[in-house]
Amino acid sequence: MTSQPQIHNGVPIPRRNQRQRRKQLAGLLFVSPALILVLTFFVIPLGMAFWMSLHNWPLLGKPRFIWFNNYTRLAQDGQFWASMRFTVYYTLVVTVAIFAVAFPLALFAEKSRKLTKIYRTAFFLPVVVGFGSASLLWAWLLDVDSGLFSPAAQSLGFTAKRVNLLADFDTTFWSIIIMVVWKTAGFNMIILLTGLQGISTEVQEAARMDGASAWQRFRRVTLPLMRRTIALALILSVSGSMLAFDQFYIIADGGPQNSTVTAVYWIFSQSFVSFHLGYGSALSMVLLVILVFISVLQLRLLRNPEGM
Amino acid sequence: MARSRTSTTHRLHEAIRYHGFGIAAALLFLAPLAWSVLVSFKPSIEARQPPLPPWPVGGFSVQSYENLAQYGAGIWTYTGNSLIVSAATVVASVVISLFAGYGFSRFQFPLKNALFVLIISTVMIPFQSILTPLFLILTKLGLQNTLTGIVLVYVTLQLPFSIFMMRNAFDAVPKEIEDAARVDGASVFAVLYRIMLPLVLPGVATVAIFAFLASWNEFLAALILLTDQNKYTLPVLMAAVRSGQFGTIDWGAVQSGVTLMMAPCLVIFLALQRYYIRGLTAGAVK
Repeated sequence: MTSQPQIHNGVPIPRRNQRQRRKQLAGLLFVSPALILVLTFFVIPLGMAFWMSLHNWPLLGKPRFIWFNNYTRLAQDGQFWASMRFTVYYTLVVTVAIFAVAFPLALFAEKSRKLTKIYRTAFFLPVVVGFGSASLLWAWLLDVDSGLFSPAAQSLGFTAKRVNLLADFDTTFWSIIIMVVWKTAGFNMIILLTGLQGISTEVQEAARMDGASAWQRFRRVTLPLMRRTIALALILSVSGSMLAFDQFYIIADGGPQNSTVTAVYWIFSQSFVSFHLGYGSALSMVLLVILVFISVLQLRLLRNPEGM
Repeated sequence: MARSRTSTTHRLHEAIRYHGFGIAAALLFLAPLAWSVLVSFKPSIEARQPPLPPWPVGGFSVQSYENLAQYGAGIWTYTGNSLIVSAATVVASVVISLFAGYGFSRFQFPLKNALFVLIISTVMIPFQSILTPLFLILTKLGLQNTLTGIVLVYVTLQLPFSIFMMRNAFDAVPKEIEDAARVDGASVFAVLYRIMLPLVLPGVATVAIFAFLASWNEFLAALILLTDQNKYTLPVLMAAVRSGQFGTIDWGAVQSGVTLMMAPCLVIFLALQRYYIRGLTAGAVK
């Protein structure tokens, strides 16, 4: 009886609407701090990055609009292509290496036996230390005089004298691959574990009853049912590795002879060592397009795993 | 009898194989961490030698930590910078994503879904590609080379994950609970703070842990955006030490820095593992 709609100029003002508008405003207010941050520190910089890539943009002095000159220059930049090639090579090798370690670990850690949880935690611990700390730790282990590997190899008689592992491309590269596998295998193990645990034991049991061997069960039952999880782990690993920087900067300083300069490293040195901000932005845009392409692929794979 | 004995020995062999592998693999993963911590407690001269054996032969020493404390403006400045940046990133990420998660979960407003997708889709774009404009924007705002500036960047990078987590956390709370509180005349904020917050605390824990680990460990943005040596966070300082900017590399001091950086991550992970793994798998299951 008291909730009769008020009459204003003969038109009933629906109180519901008013309350609804208040609620709308409250909703917008709740999300506005997040929106302001994302706009100021992500969307606007993104637009600026493209705008800057069309300029000759020194740190001091006036930027000059030069259309797509940065992009034509980049096409002829030998070091840019060398870093792209190196980054892709690194990504392929490290992803295969991570899977070769993480998959057996996931199969091992899936069992629920005594101590399994402790093993799982041990495999995972390197994941939570930062890439910076891990790189500083391995820079020491790899040091020729004070480190572990070269002196140990010499004492055990594998090498006649101490070998500087960071003086040669192959030894630098494989040392960093081993470090990254050590650092990230646990992460991929956990992702794969969620996929393994999603497979019902009845399916496995049925396959066993039908006389399938362990390998057949893995190949014909486990793998197909894990396609989604594997796709996710693969793409996380690929997009993470395409952006590698810390370990190459801290351990190898891009060396020997710039042979381990990754894409992000090259952007970093163009933008913040040489201060070619416009050119650095053009490099960034290329990397961005590649990464967005990988992410879109990821979304499509996850939505429709059969579309592989 | 004979049968059961063979099956027992078979099971024993199987257990030895399983735990043999488990212990060996666990040692491989833990060894580098242990090696670093152990060398940090060797006297300086011993730390310059190859770490064989890994433990300090001439007794434990905190000499490396004393050397570490001498770098630049003193290690407490840099540890303080790192702590301030991480604490501020954690608090701001939690508060902002709590509000945004609540807003996106419980309210209707124009463009709601588009705005949600806009925020979430920023994860697809590598922040490494927008560092140059970020540098310029922070300069314009007078925040370049300040801890506030780097915190704002870190919070923004944490938002897609944090808001996704918090919206899911709020979605899981039945609507009737807050309707009942509303009827009692509680304000929107009171409902959020008194009724909802306790129910979404696990989500808050996940958001906080990820924000801490990300900001405590982040290297590239800090390297670029903090140019004044007194503003360095620990990873930037230690990379400078490693590259020889403070003279000959003292590996004992570097590993004491590594230990200092690793310790909070390991402690927080071991204490709050459940919430951390929940955050990891949230993405995998979705």
